[in-house]
Amino acid sequence: MKFGVIQFPGSCDEVDALNAVKKVGDAELLWHGERDLKGADAIVVPGGFSYGDYLRAGAIARFAPVMEAVIDFANDGGLVLGICNGFQVLCEARLLPGALLVNANRRFTFRQLELEVLNSGGSFTQGCALDQRLSIPAKHSWGRYYADEETLAAMDRGGQIVLRYAPGENFNGSAHDIAGVSNERGNVFGLMPHPEHAVDELTGGSADGLKIFESMRLTVEGARV
Amino acid sequence: MRARVLIRPKVGILDPQGEAVERALPALGFAGVANVHVGRLVELDVEDPAQLEGMCEKLLANPLVEDYEVQLLDGNAEHEAPRSASLPT
Repeated sequence: MKFGVIQFPGSCDEVDALNAVKKVGDAELLWHGERDLKGADAIVVPGGFSYGDYLRAGAIARFAPVMEAVIDFANDGGLVLGICNGFQVLCEARLLPGALLVNANRRFTFRQLELEVLNSGGSFTQGCALDQRLSIPAKHSWGRYYADEETLAAMDRGGQIVLRYAPGENFNGSAHDIAGVSNERGNVFGLMPHPEHAVDELTGGSADGLKIFESMRLTVEGARV
Repeated sequence: MRARVLIRPKVGILDPQGEAVERALPALGFAGVANVHVGRLVELDVEDPAQLEGMCEKLLANPLVEDYEVQLLDGNAEHEAPRSASLPT
């Protein structure tokens, strides 16, 4: 299978994301100014500071030409993963519910975190066990997940709350300790922590991030059978 | 037409910036400060003010977490006189 990794001006984790997905499939960078997804079977919207985070994180990137193609791809059921700034972009594009606000501690924070898998049946976590813990780093200033209570209740019922910060790990003040959410259909997923930085035990603290990319490969290849 | 859009965090959503400013003011000796909130200000010239609402909904604000207020400024004053220096003491 082939991953497409989006590159915006101001992206900074696209190369790590590219190297991470290359461990499970083919991959290519996709420039923000083009509308062509070049035959990718799944899309990664990486971390960074797209368009300088002007106005709000992700607000401008949402209107990049490549995002028109990504939105069509997602609406057709294609797998789209947003990491950190990519998560913010997908929320701004309304592909995911809610919004990300400035951390409750007001600080840029970089930590290795323990996450809990709340939905192990989804397209991005089928390679994980229910309640399994993943050790993945996070690094951000704007990671406080917010949605109104009605939306959160519907997401909970629909299994859209996929990853949660383990007890004591929710440094950014996210509602219900939410670390990663999917859309209703389950084909779009966003999380603040960085699985692409946790693909090698020597440099990433763990290789748990690979489980996300491996799950995506299983989903894409499973759909072909 | 000159317009000004004021964007504020929605009431009830934690505003850490506002809290930080609220705590900093007393530290500088300014007493009696409460309910501080920090938002954004966008000023722009528009040919059709009827489009401002759509601009706010689609880009200038995120209506999930922010409220916005559009002010149409009188005349075609390109630069409003700065007022900060003339406040009564």
